[in-house]
Amino acid sequence: MDFNFTEEQDMVRDGLSRLVREQYDWETRRKAIASGAGWRPEVWAQLAELGILGMPFSEADGGFGGGAVDAMIIMQEFGKGLVIEPFVPTVVCAGGFLKHGGTAAQKEEHIGGIVAGSSVFAFAYAEPKGRYDYADLETTAKKDGAGYVLNGHKAVVIGAPWASHLVVTARTGGERRDRSGVSVFVLPKDTPGVTTRDYVTVDGRRASEVYLENVSVGAGALIGAEGEGLALIELVTDEAIAALCAEACGAMKVAHAMTVEYSRQRKQFGVPIGSFQVLQHRMVDMYTAYEQALSLTYLATLRLGSDEVERKKAVSAAKVGVGQAARLIGQEAVQIHGGNGVTDEYAIGHFFKRLTIFDSEFGNVDHHLKRHVALS
Amino acid sequence: MNLEFTPEEQAFREEVRSFIAENYPKHLADFGMREDMSREDFLAWHKILGKKGWSVPAWPVEYGGTGWTPTQRYIWSEENARASTVMPLPFGVSMVGPVIYTFGNAEQKAKHLPGIVSGDVWWCQGYSEPGAGSDLASLKTTAVRDGDHYVINGQKTWTTLAQHADWGFFLCRTDPTAKAQEGISFILVDMKTPGVEVKPIKLLDGGYEVNETWLTDVRVPVENLVGVENKGWTYAKFLLAHERSGIAGVARSKRGIEKLREIAANETLDGAPLIKDFDFAKKVSQLEIDLAALEITELRTLAGEQAGKGPGPESSILKIKGTEIQQRLTELTLEAVGTYSAPYMGGVSNDNGSNEHPVGPDYAQHAAATYFNMRKTSIYGGSNEIQRNIITKMILGL
Repeated sequence: MDFNFTEEQDMVRDGLSRLVREQYDWETRRKAIASGAGWRPEVWAQLAELGILGMPFSEADGGFGGGAVDAMIIMQEFGKGLVIEPFVPTVVCAGGFLKHGGTAAQKEEHIGGIVAGSSVFAFAYAEPKGRYDYADLETTAKKDGAGYVLNGHKAVVIGAPWASHLVVTARTGGERRDRSGVSVFVLPKDTPGVTTRDYVTVDGRRASEVYLENVSVGAGALIGAEGEGLALIELVTDEAIAALCAEACGAMKVAHAMTVEYSRQRKQFGVPIGSFQVLQHRMVDMYTAYEQALSLTYLATLRLGSDEVERKKAVSAAKVGVGQAARLIGQEAVQIHGGNGVTDEYAIGHFFKRLTIFDSEFGNVDHHLKRHVALS
Repeated sequence: MNLEFTPEEQAFREEVRSFIAENYPKHLADFGMREDMSREDFLAWHKILGKKGWSVPAWPVEYGGTGWTPTQRYIWSEENARASTVMPLPFGVSMVGPVIYTFGNAEQKAKHLPGIVSGDVWWCQGYSEPGAGSDLASLKTTAVRDGDHYVINGQKTWTTLAQHADWGFFLCRTDPTAKAQEGISFILVDMKTPGVEVKPIKLLDGGYEVNETWLTDVRVPVENLVGVENKGWTYAKFLLAHERSGIAGVARSKRGIEKLREIAANETLDGAPLIKDFDFAKKVSQLEIDLAALEITELRTLAGEQAGKGPGPESSILKIKGTEIQQRLTELTLEAVGTYSAPYMGGVSNDNGSNEHPVGPDYAQHAAATYFNMRKTSIYGGSNEIQRNIITKMILGL
């Protein structure tokens, strides 16, 4: 048993921490969100330069040989600054599909672009009626010669407005919600027949509704075996969940620290409000919830390579525990900030918003409690 | 004891239900967010009710009240909630109005009450300051007597919808040497007076519901003082107790739970309606149980009022539980909406002026914004921590 980080991992954290602190200050972030592009491509380029975008890929694939723990460290730092750039969709999701299911040719074609920062991916898995079930798909991919024709509507695709490529899930066979018959495709976003409607999300990111109308792709677009994609999707989304949990931990840590600091500064009845025991104990509960959430995030991250049942149970445990902590810490942080907590001006409200939307990504608390029950 | 309505009360319900059906402006049915409403929208129903004589039911009849029993008033608010009407704002009707008819002089009553009844005059509340929130009595805004005028200087904050206000009621310090709660006066200010400046505050849901209000050498005639100079804290507390009892929002939450059930019937989980999912349905029932308790608690309070007792410290229970239920309702609505909770205003960005049809179902459009916005309810009107302090002190005697 070892909860220590390597020297290299400490260096990655320090470097990223500096980048977030020095170049991701609140005003710059606010301006980027309000800008036409909605993100900062120059930050993305810097992340590529620092080797962050290539971290979780093997050296053979052109990366730097990192793993899930490295992704966790990276995401914690991103969470502390509420970084909006699409690391999870591009590196964790698309990267994960390529690593675990891609052919040599697909890796060759895409990983270099991810590592260099020139390719940006979005993962189109959700559908308007699918809720959190990856197999509840109305989108279809029909065999057409050697390739496929895709039709359907993917919902709330995070980062799609910035993406050059999409990873799309679609049904190649079976009935809606069947475990078999689900397939995964990778395609350039400018493939004829792909249209998007882009918008801002409540937590400051960008997303799209993605419409696929007779989109023709070659056989090389299919990742993994046709109709056998669900297990691969579950693996990759478990990795994404672990990464998002790490991001939430970073955000919770800062939200808690900001609240404690505010309670020191804010005076009412002639004393700092942090001297009131009723608030002290609530901040202790927030702290405890954060530490427990961090432990579950470690557990999930370290179990990503375990057998399927162990992995899924650990990841669901983390999504439940972090989801509950995110709600508690977000709500209490706003409450203890009083009126200032509900303003756009104070940073705390933005942490609250990000921690709120976290729950709806890749299955909420109830969904993962059910999955945990089913596996127990 | 019984919970049944009398035949007369049932007839009354029919009467108000058909009045609402026939007279409520159609274009204001089921309005999503207050931020999207114009001044006229806010006042439309108020003005109709003013003409009918129903805009201030709780007031004494001589000032425009309806003379309804608390049960009738309860039926009235239930029927309005059922129709999701935009009710008259509380600043005139439930706050300054009762202060004026209870503590004001004849001229003040004659000058200000008719405008509140008719809905022609919009009031705002100048209580909180940047340094005086929960500790309201530490307020620093001063009113200094200068001949026939007070000269007011200071900064108020969280002045809700002051951007539309014609008049405001302000707590100002008139005796800087007195202890905190003493030396405060309750003064009415025409918002068009030179030196009054209202600056919007952007909230985390993206809307502009509250403001900073700056007062710089604002000259106000002394006849705008309500009651006795330096006794304003008494009136302020009287007003807060009135505000608290209205804050429970039981009827609105009832309607909100119905809407939540409709949303959950429309959302699917594993191919079945979400509302059939035991885990989710259980949470909705728990909320309904909490609300049922609150409803009876409120009715008991109303019955006490009917027996001649004013709203006392137990109104703090209504504020705490009422706002917790309102918040939980928005939380469950957000959960029901699922993936489509993320688009901002259904993908319609305020900033680029887009008016496209929202993405996702219509009911998802405001789910996140409403959840964010409702965090204010446990903070305003005396935070829920302050309400617990009131119960500790006034009821437990600790």
